[in-house]
Amino acid sequence: MNLINTFFNLKVFLESLPQLLWGLVVTLEIGIVSIVAGLIGGLILAVARLYSPTFIKVLIRSYIDVFRSIPLLVLLIVVYYALPFVGIRLSPFLSAVTALSLVSAAYTAEIFRAGIEAIPHGQFEASAALGLSNRHTMVDVILPQAIRIVIPPLTNNCINVLKDTALASVVAMPDLLKQATQAQALAANPTPLIGAAVIYILLLWPMVAVVSRLEKHFSRGKR
Amino acid sequence: MTAQTKNIISVRGLVKAYGTFTVLHGIDLDIAEGEVVCVIGPSGSGKSTLIRCINHLEAFSPESTITVDGIRVQQGAALAKVRAEVGMVFQSFNLFPHMTVLKNVMLAPMRVRQTPEADAARKARELLARVGISEQAEKYPGQLSGGQQQRVAIARALAMEPRVLLFDEPTSALDPEMVGEVLDVMRHLAGTGVTMVVVTHEMGFARQVADRVIFMDGGKLIEMGTPTEIFDNPREERTRSFLRAVLNH
Repeated sequence: MNLINTFFNLKVFLESLPQLLWGLVVTLEIGIVSIVAGLIGGLILAVARLYSPTFIKVLIRSYIDVFRSIPLLVLLIVVYYALPFVGIRLSPFLSAVTALSLVSAAYTAEIFRAGIEAIPHGQFEASAALGLSNRHTMVDVILPQAIRIVIPPLTNNCINVLKDTALASVVAMPDLLKQATQAQALAANPTPLIGAAVIYILLLWPMVAVVSRLEKHFSRGKR
Repeated sequence: MTAQTKNIISVRGLVKAYGTFTVLHGIDLDIAEGEVVCVIGPSGSGKSTLIRCINHLEAFSPESTITVDGIRVQQGAALAKVRAEVGMVFQSFNLFPHMTVLKNVMLAPMRVRQTPEADAARKARELLARVGISEQAEKYPGQLSGGQQQRVAIARALAMEPRVLLFDEPTSALDPEMVGEVLDVMRHLAGTGVTMVVVTHEMGFARQVADRVIFMDGGKLIEMGTPTEIFDNPREERTRSFLRAVLNH
């Protein structure tokens, strides 16, 4: 009984629920903006890496490697606490979105690169032989096929970005986790934390299930 | 070919090397407008590389020159012009698997020549009828047999109304029973006045359709002449031994 009162206290849960739901909205805002920015950035990086002069290629390669190596929490703290010293003052929301997008773009670029490289060379040759420009080759021939291949790893990356939004709580962003810790302090009871955990799981479980389905589907449907 | 016919393809001193390995050792070749040329030779002789240089799918030594219809083939803005004039059919078809057969044929005219969609579709259907696969227009390449796919690839190349068609072993990846249907389409094309350069192992086709046969070996052009000259009366020993090997199996 004591355990239930401590971790699954219905009264505390109901009182904290509106606050948790507000946190969820913030979490979704950060997540969605970062995912979209990361996708666009990653696609641009991947295609630019294919067609740029060597110097730019090296630059893109370094970007990708650096942002895949740096721990997200470290990057977030650098963006929020260090950049103000050089006059760049970002709000907690922008700091979170910037850090998440920079890292997500690096991972997304690698995913797109793998997808583009998986397309048989003959597709590029057939496009070239027909006189298609690089742009049309990408847009009409390569990307439609590559995107099919990269949907499962991209969805996986989206899940990671959504999970990592919880780190935004360290820069005072009132996201789901931050709201839960505040509600917990207020009620002197950890039920809101459990509530937040459950909300994260309810949000992400369907996406995880979709990824497994997609992975199975694509591994079977491949000709 | 009569002397006054103008050359549409001109190859001078073509050298192609992968690192220190030289694939083509200075090829000189002129092909007249409307001519049908078959290139034969053992695998690894450089015959595919030769035709892949003509539309610059393979880069070649900067000292070599290839011109197509007077335009120098090299990296740059003029290359798109060359490629629009030169169609290519590949051994492995290389159709776009995510598009219907009809869309495969329509794509390049719409994107490269800015042909309106309705015109491109009408033209594509005509071409598919010409290669005998109008009923498959709405299917995807994966649903077609190899022979049908290769005929779609020919229609796709024709959609650009090229003046030159390059065939890179177009029947080598096909099941034997489908070779005939593709060769029939090509035989028909040869009668339409389009310039054709065909890398092939089909000696019967070469003998019957070619205006000129070229025998290559070891990255060199060993011998060329009319089908009768090459097949019935080859001068070079290497040509003779190659023909002996392929004709007696």
